[in-house]
Amino acid sequence: MHPLARTRDFAPYIAKIKAAGADAVITGNWGSDLSLLIKAANEGGYTGKFFTYYAGVTGTPTALGTNGAGRVYQIAYNHYNMGGQMDKWMKEFNEKYKDDFYTGSTIRIYQMLGAAMAKAKSTNPVKVAAALEGLEVKTFNGDVQMRKTDHQLQQPLYMTVWDKASAKYPYSPEKTGMTLVPLKEYPNYVSSTPTSCQMTRPTK
Amino acid sequence: MEFFIISMLNGISYGLLLFMLSSGLTLIFSMMGVLNFAHASFYMLGAYVGYTISKITGFWPALVVAPFVVGLMGAFFEKYFLRKVHKYGHVAELMITFGLSYVILELVQLVWGRIALEFKPPEILQGPAFTLINHSVNGLQFLWGAAPGEMCQAADAAIRVVCSPFPATRAFMMVIALLMLVSVWLLLTRTRIGLVIQAALTHPEAVESLGHNVPAVFMLVFGAGAGLAGLAGVIGGSTFLTEPSMAATVGSVIFVVVVVGGMGSLSGAFLASLIIGLIETFAIAFNYSLGTLAAQLGLNLSAAVQQSSVVKLTLSQVAPILPYLLLVLMLIFRPKGLLGNRDA
Repeated sequence: MHPLARTRDFAPYIAKIKAAGADAVITGNWGSDLSLLIKAANEGGYTGKFFTYYAGVTGTPTALGTNGAGRVYQIAYNHYNMGGQMDKWMKEFNEKYKDDFYTGSTIRIYQMLGAAMAKAKSTNPVKVAAALEGLEVKTFNGDVQMRKTDHQLQQPLYMTVWDKASAKYPYSPEKTGMTLVPLKEYPNYVSSTPTSCQMTRPTK
Repeated sequence: MEFFIISMLNGISYGLLLFMLSSGLTLIFSMMGVLNFAHASFYMLGAYVGYTISKITGFWPALVVAPFVVGLMGAFFEKYFLRKVHKYGHVAELMITFGLSYVILELVQLVWGRIALEFKPPEILQGPAFTLINHSVNGLQFLWGAAPGEMCQAADAAIRVVCSPFPATRAFMMVIALLMLVSVWLLLTRTRIGLVIQAALTHPEAVESLGHNVPAVFMLVFGAGAGLAGLAGVIGGSTFLTEPSMAATVGSVIFVVVVVGGMGSLSGAFLASLIIGLIETFAIAFNYSLGTLAAQLGLNLSAAVQQSSVVKLTLSQVAPILPYLLLVLMLIFRPKGLLGNRDA
């Protein structure tokens, strides 16, 4: 744990991780924080694995380079080589903005909002919010549902690993020659976690 | 043991990088009385200019040329901008350097883009400088360069072997910083131009009437300070990351170094850099919190207090803000800094 994008030197953290004898590191770091962490790990001789959420965020692929090959994993609701409609979106986005499209959630935000408005037959925020509860939409990563109890999305997740791009998984972010190779898909019933949420809702 | 040595080296090398950055800042401050807010921006410029030059000529010429380019930019800024506002006093000077830092940030993003660049150190600096091998039977060994794979693996499961490589980029960083300290110190105290610079600081009118061009001296000092930051940038950019936020990540901590060391004191900046580097590095290693401290002192805290997030904060979690705590304490108890001779 450290202040966001303020840490310049991750070598002391790696020294500590090594001294603790950790086999793997789970990190929410992204951008420069993630790449500096991996860089320090390589230089400090740490050979464990890194499990991340944000290896695909702009700038991180370049910074990772070939450094994290086979050792940096990402768990997320999308990845670079999903095929289908996602491939088309990524291509169009790349042509228009010269950047990689990794924020897949924006698509579902509008999908779900649209579906909820249609279901509520209204744009009144309270009514739309109520319609969102338990709503299910079909999207690029399958069926996604907003769980009624805690408003968390129940959706398939993908485990991918940072490695060389190949004919099978060709999409390479930021011209790195690398990609996130899919390893495993976790369907909803696996990725779902228990909740004890008891939120208060506005009166209708 | 190898953890201690590696942490020590990590702390010292990080401290020396801070010194490379703050030496230029403290130089400019002591000579001209200008607190240069754009100093870290010159550091960033050094990294980007170094990156571009290294694409054409390779790393080593870039290491020499980029600081000069950044130094020229600094001198240009001093001559055509800073000098114009000098007559309006220090606040105006402060504001113009503050503005400059934003201009540089935007320009860098326009020219080089917003994402990180892959600025690789040269081949010779990519591996480890040396490796410490801690063998649970044979004890601690020292080996230049990288250790062969079989030496880091124990044949017997009962034997624990830990290899700790120390990156060559960091060793290089330490050497350059020390060279910089010695050469700047020699230049200021042992050469004629150094004497003129020092005299121009305290008695500008007298120096001017002796026939020296004081504005040119100021331009030279500002350019040299910016150039030193540029040099640090080439090294920092290739060792860490070259990206638009690199100025912001070091910008605030170098002010801490300069204030703690004593405004305008080169040796103070050196001492403060090392202290801050070591504090930050070693604090990360410890998991002590206020809660564990109280337990060791035999204090019985109520369950509610024990669960409060402040009491549970460990030293390693607050490590990055310790320098700023040091800054506050220093300003309260010793405003002129460790080796300073005037109030901050």
